[in-house]
Amino acid sequence: MHFQVTDDQHQLRRALGELLTDRGPDHPASWRELEDVGLFSLRVPEQAGGLGLGLPEAVLAFEEAGRAVLPGPLVGTELAAAVLGVGGRAEVVRVPARGSVLVPDLPTLDHVLLLHPDDSLAVLPAAGLDATPVPAVDPDRPLWRLEGVLPLGEHSPGARRVAAEGALLTAALQAGLAARTVAEAVAYARTREQFGQPIGAFQAVQHLCADMLARAELARVAVYAAAVAGDEAEIAGAKLLADEAAVHGARDCLQVHGGMGFTWEARVHRLLKRAWAWQQAVADRDRCLDVLAGRL
Amino acid sequence: MQLSDTPAEADFRRRLREWLGKTLPELPAAPDPGDWPGRRAYDTAWQRRLFDAGYAGIHWPVDAGGRGATPSEHLIFLEETELAGAPYVGANFVGLLHAGPTIAAEGTAEQRARFLPPVLRGDEIWCQGFSEPDAGSDLAALRTRAVRDGDEYVVTGSKIWTSHAEVADWCELLVRTDADAPKHRGITWLAMPMDAPGVTVRPLRTLAGTTEFAELFLDEVRVPVGNRLGAENDGWRVTMVTLSFERGTAFASEAVACQREVRELARVARAGGAWDDAGIRRELASLSAEFTALWRLVQWNVSEAAARGVPGAGGSVFKLRFSEARQRLYDVAARILGADALLEGPWAAQRLQGLSYTIAAGTSQIQRNIVAQRILGLPKGR
Repeated sequence: MHFQVTDDQHQLRRALGELLTDRGPDHPASWRELEDVGLFSLRVPEQAGGLGLGLPEAVLAFEEAGRAVLPGPLVGTELAAAVLGVGGRAEVVRVPARGSVLVPDLPTLDHVLLLHPDDSLAVLPAAGLDATPVPAVDPDRPLWRLEGVLPLGEHSPGARRVAAEGALLTAALQAGLAARTVAEAVAYARTREQFGQPIGAFQAVQHLCADMLARAELARVAVYAAAVAGDEAEIAGAKLLADEAAVHGARDCLQVHGGMGFTWEARVHRLLKRAWAWQQAVADRDRCLDVLAGRL
Repeated sequence: MQLSDTPAEADFRRRLREWLGKTLPELPAAPDPGDWPGRRAYDTAWQRRLFDAGYAGIHWPVDAGGRGATPSEHLIFLEETELAGAPYVGANFVGLLHAGPTIAAEGTAEQRARFLPPVLRGDEIWCQGFSEPDAGSDLAALRTRAVRDGDEYVVTGSKIWTSHAEVADWCELLVRTDADAPKHRGITWLAMPMDAPGVTVRPLRTLAGTTEFAELFLDEVRVPVGNRLGAENDGWRVTMVTLSFERGTAFASEAVACQREVRELARVARAGGAWDDAGIRRELASLSAEFTALWRLVQWNVSEAAARGVPGAGGSVFKLRFSEARQRLYDVAARILGADALLEGPWAAQRLQGLSYTIAAGTSQIQRNIVAQRILGLPKGR
């Protein structure tokens, strides 16, 4: 057993991390740069022009994407290339138990990977879908509502993989986002002073931050392990923990920022809004819990 | 990044499984929890079997008489013994996991030769005299006094939360040897014989009704200077050598046990009808995710310790989450049992015992302080 990031994996993560953080939060890397660095072709076989790597490398890369809160159809595009052999931009959309079927970034997409509740999959050309733009809470993730009768999907090994690996890659995004909330909360708590000392010197704030880190660390390790084991229930557990770490982390980050956290310009709200969106994506809380309960 | 055994680890696991399969059916029935002499006999007999089979002190260095196993092999040992339902380390706990490794790291050749073999063979039992009524989380505030008199220390004071004191031969004792020095610099580590005149053991009844702990009252107990580990007033550093190594695998067996308990609770819930309640099903599912992840965190921490030589910061994260998840497990058990949760029984006993997990070995509040100040680098308050 050697359950640690290898040197090669470390280099891969660092290369991507540098590309994503050098710009600062207001200047995200362009889609072309993400393609060039191999975010979507990591798992594509070498003879097909990819890097021929595996799920552990993909989750490390997506963790960095999550830390940078990247916009765009990241998970679906990777799955289309790595699992379905379909090029271009795609997003994976799960038909929810309640509410509308919402597709993010629809005009930029080539395909929508529509996952039904029973894990059957319909690969739909995005052009010509009957959809209406709807106002979205997350300003960086515009949404369209699918109208009319939904096309039926098909059961296949590929469909099952899209469901499981889609949940895992989204969990990796959330693990990165959770780590980002810890970093932002700690940075603010170190510098903001009240009662003559940094608020981070108060135990009440320290314990908030400690719990954030504990959630983020456990989620990160759960995501790595699920990537190595590739087990559906373990992936559901990792998604559950990563969602909790990201959503709860963003809430606590906002709390540490106090009144400033409630403003638009402080940008903390963007972390929370994205965490909410990714929590619903591919496998929401109830779905993860039911997959896990099915194994007990 | 991988979780599978190397060929050597797989071989180690296979041999251990074979030995456990052959040995465990030969064991006598476990004694009653209140039968201290019976518990000592049972625990030491198990340790002797481990010794004879070459599994004693599996993680101890070879030159201390241990097997010198890698951290991964140690983890395999803990996982397989727990899965097979082997006896817990029990009365051998302090000797094998605290006092022994401390002596192996800091002792003279004579001290190692005197103290280590009897621990490995199960001949001698150790207890721990660290905490005091007025020195709990603030351990370095301890006041039990040791005054030098020729080639002996004369020790007076009291200790609390001492497990296995009733049956221990030795106590790893922290004493104050310099009352004027800063509190961390006036402490000394002594090996105190429990049969020395002036040692009184009083069992302490816990809220679970059991006597898992004792109080020690020390009245001018004479301890030879040769029983001192390290230099006088260097006891805090000597002790921390052990405590920092405690974190990697300390709760590994329990992490395996909790995964099994979640599955057992699902069985109880199915048999009693509670499984039809989606709320209860999902509570169990959430616990299952938590304990699976915590086991992965153990594997992560152990791999990190193996790669770096010392455990990383993950120990506090594990302790914090694990102790709280375990309490939640027994609360869910109570929900599944319904009114019967108020009756005495194995789940009620676990629920009561579980209340100690967020207190013992560093309270959850102290763990949060450690995470905030040492890992996140937040400043200490005024």
